[in-house]
Amino acid sequence: MTNALKNIIYNCRQATFLIEKRIAGKITAAETLQLHVHLAGCSVCKIYQQQSILINRVFVGFENSDFKLDEAFKKTLNEKIEKEINKN
Amino acid sequence: MQNETDKEYTIKNLHSDPLSWVEKYADYLYGFAFSRIRDEEAAKDLVQDTFLAGLQRLGGFEGNSTEKTWLTAILKNKIADFYRKRSSHNLKVGSAADEVQGFFDVESGHWTEKDYPRAFGLEVDNPLMMKELGIVLNDCLAKLPGLWFSVFSMKHIDDLASELICTELKLTAANFWVIMHRAKLNLRACLQKNWN
Repeated sequence: MTNALKNIIYNCRQATFLIEKRIAGKITAAETLQLHVHLAGCSVCKIYQQQSILINRVFVGFENSDFKLDEAFKKTLNEKIEKEINKN
Repeated sequence: MQNETDKEYTIKNLHSDPLSWVEKYADYLYGFAFSRIRDEEAAKDLVQDTFLAGLQRLGGFEGNSTEKTWLTAILKNKIADFYRKRSSHNLKVGSAADEVQGFFDVESGHWTEKDYPRAFGLEVDNPLMMKELGIVLNDCLAKLPGLWFSVFSMKHIDDLASELICTELKLTAANFWVIMHRAKLNLRACLQKNWN
């Protein structure tokens, strides 16, 4: 067994790092294999991976329309714009 | 008198009506900004700055794109500035190392037992539950260091290439991935702690 493979079998820090790298970018074929071997034997990191993907999903799922300005602020904004126009 | 005519001329030839901006776009722009920076006051400031910058550049707007697209482009630049400013105050990647150390045994790299990820026990196809999870996640996001949040948000909301984020925020590729990893470890732990 190669050293890299040996190192990751018990190394959850490295495995979770590769999980993040795979989700948000890409990892090499060798890293994919290492991660696969790790996950086959580590149920804790498997939970981590599921939850990590879930977090991204929830994060991206926020609708912009969920966030609204209060009317008072809008009124002030409008006044500022009007003032700015009249300046010119 | 000359001025009066000039003004009339200008207003007639504009492709945009700034007096309708707030009503039409303020909520949209605010949502756009807030979802990316998660800071109410700062997001309000950015919306205001966007409108004021728009007024300044009104003459340059030729109606080739919609007003909304045009204003959003201005806002995007302001958000990028905001990220840069915040990350330059916050470049202590080193201090982040301590926080990640808590999760794993220093020697073996194994999860320390108290940090084991445990099932959240939620139904992912229950929209109400997911919405609640979103609220908890929001609080957790607010606790992240500004730089981490910027990196996380640029990657996931704007789907920017990692290389571009590194250039914008002056990060090395190695630091970028360290931050992505730590941000997620902290978010997940925060959710586990505050969910239920």
